[in-house]
Amino acid sequence: MAQARDDAPTPGWLGVVPGAALLLLFLIPFGIMLAVSVAGREPGGFYQWGFDLAGYRRVMSAFVGGILLTSVAIAAGAALIAVALALPFTVLLAGLSRRAQTAILVALLSVLSLSEVIVGFSVSTLLSRTAGVGNLLAWLGLTAEPQSYTPSLFALMTGLTYLSFPYAVLVLYPPVARLDPELGQASRTMGASPLRTFAGVTVPLLRAPILGALILVFVFALGSYLLPQVLGRPEHWTLSVHITDQAIYQSNLPLAAAMAAVLLLATLALVGLALLVARDKGAPA
Amino acid sequence: MQANMTSNDLSLHGVTKRFGATAAVDDVTLQIPGGRFICLLGPSGCGKTTLLRLLAGLEAPTAGRILVGGADQTHVPTHRRDFGMVFQSLALFPHLSVGENVAYPLRIRGATRAQRRARAEELLDLVRLPGLTDRRIHQLSGGQRQRVAIARGLAIDPKLFLLDEPLSALDANLREHMQIELRQIQSRLGVTTLVVTHDQKEALTMADIVIVMDRGRVQQMGAPMEVYRDPANAFVAGFIGTSNLLPARLLDAATLEVSGHRLALDPADRVKAPPGPVTLSVRPEDVRLDPEGLPARVTFVRDLGESVQIVLDHQGHEIIALFSPRERPQVNLGDAVGLAFAPGGRVVLP
Repeated sequence: MAQARDDAPTPGWLGVVPGAALLLLFLIPFGIMLAVSVAGREPGGFYQWGFDLAGYRRVMSAFVGGILLTSVAIAAGAALIAVALALPFTVLLAGLSRRAQTAILVALLSVLSLSEVIVGFSVSTLLSRTAGVGNLLAWLGLTAEPQSYTPSLFALMTGLTYLSFPYAVLVLYPPVARLDPELGQASRTMGASPLRTFAGVTVPLLRAPILGALILVFVFALGSYLLPQVLGRPEHWTLSVHITDQAIYQSNLPLAAAMAAVLLLATLALVGLALLVARDKGAPA
Repeated sequence: MQANMTSNDLSLHGVTKRFGATAAVDDVTLQIPGGRFICLLGPSGCGKTTLLRLLAGLEAPTAGRILVGGADQTHVPTHRRDFGMVFQSLALFPHLSVGENVAYPLRIRGATRAQRRARAEELLDLVRLPGLTDRRIHQLSGGQRQRVAIARGLAIDPKLFLLDEPLSALDANLREHMQIELRQIQSRLGVTTLVVTHDQKEALTMADIVIVMDRGRVQQMGAPMEVYRDPANAFVAGFIGTSNLLPARLLDAATLEVSGHRLALDPADRVKAPPGPVTLSVRPEDVRLDPEGLPARVTFVRDLGESVQIVLDHQGHEIIALFSPRERPQVNLGDAVGLAFAPGGRVVLP
């Protein structure tokens, strides 16, 4: 066995490095968070170690349950919109010349360097009454007076879609670029129009990467806590916003930790469900 | 065998396709009667696949017109042409079952589930894959996938059946078997069929008509044996089967001079060049050993069991001679022999 290890192209001990990093930077803080979530709250103070499920009882309340549902709905909506835009975009992108593809991918990557703060305030300005597109619409005579379109669900979705679109494209690009063009051409020779070929061949063949992009954007949007505050109304605040609120402004760390634990479980459950749904149709070739 | 003789005639007028400065297909004009089995033959890069893709509508010609059964197809989009096509990669859909793959063209045309299943089973019987309707593509062997692709291409009784190097992925035995089978299916259905291949044996096995292409142009079109016996130029002579090509000089219509030796031509020999410097083309089976002939030396003897190949050197030119085992001449490596060519087997090319 030792012999086989020596022959391996990658030395086994290299795995210790990410293993240690995972333990130190993720599992230990996660353990502390779980411990805090059942700690007792000390009014006016911080928390005391102990075992108290008060935080979880509040999470189970209708109010927090509603917030969780809102968060999931907003994140799912953002995922659907971003992937619905990214898929046709990526398919068209893959059909361009190498040079054009590189230029567009670099431009997309540069969007990733913008922080959530800049994107949030840019969208906020763009949709504002004083400096935003409302003036343009009024000038065109489409509306009587310049209006503000923020904060609103529309503004929030615009911000989330803008931020997550590059991720969706980057997840979809490799499988789309590898797709055998003869499959689409074969469909065309058999009488399918380009649109029908896209729906009947391209999309089903990309089922796994589409699901991957949906999950990525969903999880990404679920964790967003700045955009809902900048662009959304209080009823659009996601669980992440409330966790920040409880942890930082209300100093209720046990409740914040309990909410975070529930958010994590809900996310895992939804991702697991999505993977399960994707699995039922026969194995890929 | 030749149903639809008139209805699916294929004609190309000055069809040209340029990619930048190079013409992949250069001014091709062809008249092909319907119901035939046609092989587009040529070395890689000769434009044969581009020509097939032009017929399918997957490429738009730079110039020229394409007509099928008299109807202009030049600008008809691919999905309205009602052709069948088998791609080199086969392009079977991995997300559909075998039966759904075969019936895909019918689903596009709105056939019911029962109609599709019945037709898929009928076609799978035709290609000798009964009972595989519900299999997944990845469960099939290479030869089975090949048959599924053929069945799918025939699903709508296409006006034109196009195949791009369809057998190239199969091993040699299976390929020869499929050549015969493909030809039999075509004969039974009478569908006008165009197969692109770079394998001249494949073309000679299957085709009614062989079209030899090189550098974007049609070099010769004709029945396989006609192209074999009577090549139009040195390229065709060298590409179809094996030919011995020798530089020569044509003195008059009946006399040829090869490296200082005069040969009297026979009326059955084909002279396709005016007097002057020419190329003499002779098939290996038309080479004889004759003490009176051109001087040559035996450089290799290859005994293949069914035939004997003797490689000779005549003044620096390699000449291959082919004999049946019964007529095998008793020669050894290094022997000096005389070389002659069978009357009627000599082709004088420009």
